[in-house]
Amino acid sequence: MKRAITGMACARRHAGRRRLVTWLIALAGVLIGAAAYAIDPTEMPDPVLQQRYLALTHELRCVQCQNEAIADSPAGIASDLRREVRDMLLAGKSDDDVRNFMLARYGDFVLFRPRWAMKTAWLWLAPGVLLAIGAVVAWRIVRARTALVPLDNEPLEEDLRR
Amino acid sequence: MNRFINRFALPIALFGLLVVVLAIGIKHSPDKGIIASPLIGKPAPQFSLPSLTDASRTISTASLRGRWYLLNVWGSWCGTCREEHRMLLEVRQSGLVPVIGLDWKDDDAQARSWLAQLGDPYEVVAVDRDGRTAIDWGVYAAPESFLVNPQGIVVYKCMGELTPEVWAKEILPRLPKQQTAKS
Repeated sequence: MKRAITGMACARRHAGRRRLVTWLIALAGVLIGAAAYAIDPTEMPDPVLQQRYLALTHELRCVQCQNEAIADSPAGIASDLRREVRDMLLAGKSDDDVRNFMLARYGDFVLFRPRWAMKTAWLWLAPGVLLAIGAVVAWRIVRARTALVPLDNEPLEEDLRR
Repeated sequence: MNRFINRFALPIALFGLLVVVLAIGIKHSPDKGIIASPLIGKPAPQFSLPSLTDASRTISTASLRGRWYLLNVWGSWCGTCREEHRMLLEVRQSGLVPVIGLDWKDDDAQARSWLAQLGDPYEVVAVDRDGRTAIDWGVYAAPESFLVNPQGIVVYKCMGELTPEVWAKEILPRLPKQQTAKS
């Protein structure tokens, strides 16, 4: 009797472990599946086009969600814009044609990498200007300090007395 | 004193510049989520779409030329459009500017029953089922409204709900005087 009980408990424990393993496998399946079926299932007919398609959809901002590229966004407008990119590439349009198409409709904001224009010039120039200011400041500090070095090297009064 | 100025002038100037830049940023932060339309001052994008109520009829930008109109992008799936609806009905009643609907990525039957239920503020509704016309207009979230002048130039775009404030502050002043005097 006692044995039967322990046997049952053992079986129950086994069942519990098996259930846990099943759950883990299911979870792993879901995670792997999620990675495989990302938001955009589009496949282009050849690898070069596919590469250009991926590059463009990662470079264009989703106008609705704003911090995501259209490649990563589940928003309806993002999938519509991906369709435009796909159709334009399939029609033989260049990458710049696609960019200009989006620019004309949604403005500079759609490009994660801003183009070079009067309005966006400061974005490109600011890092260089800031670096130049920093360099000037650093150079002035270094020059001021090196000017003090000869003073430091002069013998102290005590040394002279010796 | 001179030495003091030399030493602190540059950091203070830079700090001042930073304050100005940040102040501009803060001042504009309420409209940060709003993308300024590159369409303002440009010709309205062409379209030729079937009418919601009469599929044999096409509505085109060419047929709308020669008068002011307000193009309102909506869909029966759009919650804010429901809130906006009452204001659109008032605009229609005022008779100051015709409202042209652009039914964006919607189900025709649902759109028709929405208008039957809530009232129809539109002179006519163009159906953009695949959303291509909306992309041409730079639409990214309904509702959006565009004010177009008789020359077919987009003069103003309202992102989101067309509120009484937007109507009074942004749209009425842009309409010609004799048109607003009619009311």
